[in-house]
Amino acid sequence: MSTGMIVNAAGRNVPREVNGIETIPFKGVDGYQPTGTKAAPKIASCANYPKDGNKVVPSLKQALQRAGISDGMTVSTHHHLRNGDALANMVFDAAAELGVKDLRWFPSASFPCHEHLMQYLDSGVIHHIEGSMNGPLGLYCSAGKMRGLGVLRSHGGRYQAVQDGEVHIDLAVIAGPTSDPFGNANGLTGPAACGLLGFALADSQYADSVILATDNLVPFPCLPWQIHGNHVDFVVEVDSLGDPEKIISGTTRITRSPDRLYIAELAARFVRDAGIMKDGFSFQAGAGGTSLAFGIFLSEMMREAGVKARFIRGGSTKYLVEMLEEGLTDFILDGQTFDLEGIRSMRENPNHVWTSPFTSYNYHGKGCFATFVDAVVLGATEVDVNFNANVVTHSDGKLLHGIGGWQNCLSSNCTILPIPSFRDRIPVIVDKVTTLCGPGELIDVIITERGIAINPRREDLLEAASGSDLPIRTIEEIKAEVEGICGGPPARPELDDQPVAVVKWVDGTVIDTVYKLKNLIG
Amino acid sequence: MNAVTAGTSGPRVRSDCLVTITETGEEGRNLKIQSKVMSMYGDSIHSLVNDMLDTFNLTGVLLEIDDQGALPYTMAARIETAIKRFNPSKTGVYLPDTNPAAQREPVRERLRRSRLYLPGNDPKFAINAGLHDPDGVILDLEDSVAPTEKDAARILVRNTLRCVDFYGSETMVRINQLPLGLEDLEAVIPEGVHVILIPKCESAEQVVAVEERINDIRIRCGREAPVFLMPIIESAAGAFKALEIATASPSLVGLTIGLEDYTADIGTQRTAEGRESFWARCQVVNAARAAGIQPIDTVFSDVSDEEGLRLSVLEAKSLGFEGKGLIHPRQIRPTHDTFAPTQEEYARAKRIVDAFEDAKARGLGVVSLGSKMIDAPVVKRAQYTLRMAKAAGMEMGGVEE
Repeated sequence: MSTGMIVNAAGRNVPREVNGIETIPFKGVDGYQPTGTKAAPKIASCANYPKDGNKVVPSLKQALQRAGISDGMTVSTHHHLRNGDALANMVFDAAAELGVKDLRWFPSASFPCHEHLMQYLDSGVIHHIEGSMNGPLGLYCSAGKMRGLGVLRSHGGRYQAVQDGEVHIDLAVIAGPTSDPFGNANGLTGPAACGLLGFALADSQYADSVILATDNLVPFPCLPWQIHGNHVDFVVEVDSLGDPEKIISGTTRITRSPDRLYIAELAARFVRDAGIMKDGFSFQAGAGGTSLAFGIFLSEMMREAGVKARFIRGGSTKYLVEMLEEGLTDFILDGQTFDLEGIRSMRENPNHVWTSPFTSYNYHGKGCFATFVDAVVLGATEVDVNFNANVVTHSDGKLLHGIGGWQNCLSSNCTILPIPSFRDRIPVIVDKVTTLCGPGELIDVIITERGIAINPRREDLLEAASGSDLPIRTIEEIKAEVEGICGGPPARPELDDQPVAVVKWVDGTVIDTVYKLKNLIG
Repeated sequence: MNAVTAGTSGPRVRSDCLVTITETGEEGRNLKIQSKVMSMYGDSIHSLVNDMLDTFNLTGVLLEIDDQGALPYTMAARIETAIKRFNPSKTGVYLPDTNPAAQREPVRERLRRSRLYLPGNDPKFAINAGLHDPDGVILDLEDSVAPTEKDAARILVRNTLRCVDFYGSETMVRINQLPLGLEDLEAVIPEGVHVILIPKCESAEQVVAVEERINDIRIRCGREAPVFLMPIIESAAGAFKALEIATASPSLVGLTIGLEDYTADIGTQRTAEGRESFWARCQVVNAARAAGIQPIDTVFSDVSDEEGLRLSVLEAKSLGFEGKGLIHPRQIRPTHDTFAPTQEEYARAKRIVDAFEDAKARGLGVVSLGSKMIDAPVVKRAQYTLRMAKAAGMEMGGVEE
């Protein structure tokens, strides 16, 4: 262990300092509760803003200049436009033209479409990224090429970091699919419609300067105002915020893999047979193929049993919308939506409610929704015999995914990970996860095609499932079978001892470290 | 330069690898291994390769592997295939350790409602096939395997039988047409396959030839467990000889029909209605019933048409068939559900069997239900219905009146 490291409460080595700032090592779930006062934005005065409410400036470059962009600033963007986003690339193109250096990019997530920004990491326009890195930028970070350490936070953790002052946003650039000249904006209409803008909420409230970029400028008032123009300094019209086809999918596809369908069905049967599926219950499932299929299986079971949910948490798709419209749930509480039907419903149905990381996930709120969802279905790249899970790196050590709302959702009443027990020859159940993202005490059920493992800490669930015909096994049994198939326990990846990123827990403490890959071949 | 390959690779390939062997003319051997699981199983891959090259005593070569996550038994099969292609005089075998869970005794009397076809040379389908609970899996060496890949498929299927746990599904192998099919038997019989499917069967002699070769191999490798046979009628000539074929050997457990080839043979096309094959299917049912074995219907090949599958299974059931051939796991549950007795059928069968048990317990020679006398075949039929019901998990409900 290098001298700059310390062992945290999860037994993981984490850096004492990240990008020059002293860190707090993970102290256990709910073990860290900072005191004091929350951060606050600068005082603004109406006197400094146009009386006619028109904040439009001619170009993004000018907006950045007028917002006072300078070396070392923190620039934030949101990821509601997902892999169709063009705005983040434009922001740093403009910053590069202005000759700015050492920016900290603070996206709510980055996607493969942001590979374009590698040149600015190389040239020093961007110093480092704090935010989920999906795909190529993750690999770039894994290779140890980034100047600073990457910082991976959950959606809730990002809000927490802004609220407790850990991250101060100098400049937020917010994509608003529809906006008025005052800066009121929403994601419900326009060519780049994405549904809602909750991931940009903290940025709009706490950044020193806020630039709202749109490709669908409408006269005041832009309603509903998901982003309040009262937080916005400048409005910029751009030709296009992104590629609609990649922002939202026209159709959502359920997995056709018989193995994944089987896992999804087992997960739904578990929710039913363990007694979680009952009138007034709630659940959350994402838009991955297995999660979608889970929702469909569960809706069939709900219909058959005549059971109705009080609310379902999105990311929504047309399948959740169908459940809402059919009356299988009273509400959808939605953090993001993935298809056209989801957007339509959000626009038209008052019971399809927009939420934000503040309402759903934030550790510094006076409670958050995630803790009282009855069941949540999540993915993982690896799980270990103590039910610890990894969601950011693969078993070969490569950083390829972000945390999203994953860590925040672990606080539900029953956290279920439906995952294959191995992928090709890669065991998913291992002795010790490569990177710890979720502590085992919060992960209740692992559902694989070779059986269901219930966390021994959850005696209530073991008891509830004991009378069912579900294939309940111990996690060790499943692991042993998988290792028999794959040819023994896998060797652990050879990693350099140089950290390239840290994983934050929802409270801002450091739960684990991502290390540089020794070689990136193979 | 002399180079051969075995297996497949590429961005879309999963759970397979491409092995290339090139003659170097130099002493020793060179290895060039690329694998997506290198960091986890690199050592294990190297030791497998070296062990195999030692076993086959091969030097003066460059062996390259491009691995997309092949399981060990698949990689071993690909390497063995490449070695034999490189040097056909290497006739030995490299047998991976058997998985004890994969070794299950054959059972003559069992349900054969669903038989799931798995292409013999594609490794990604076999490993999870048993999870979907088909009554049987068919590792196919015949039509799903390209003529140039017959050698590769034979080795892969052999290793699959040794290593893959099908969780209680009956293991079947469809061999090639004779005489090539007889050579297939050499690879699969020692590995405890339960049933051999004999394609394009047209005579009792073909069945006997297969049976004799099987017995020969069983004696040679000291395997006592029986191997059952299921001929496939796929021609006009075969349809006429259905009874002769069905009674050719005591090892037969079923007779089935392949309609793609059959309809081509009689100069027509398969239709959904199936009038063109009605006679042949009835031949198969009657021949099988006459021989006391199971009549099994052809394959339903439109994976996306679940309603069509259900109708097809209903029709097969009404003609007297007890099973269907399938090509996708999604087809298994609808097939089982449709073969299951209706509640009325079940309730009636239960009353008959109860009356039979009651008569037996009381030492009565005659079984009666109410005022009716029940014949032995009716009892047998009712017992079969109850077995089907049990397999479909329906014995709990709706019986009491």
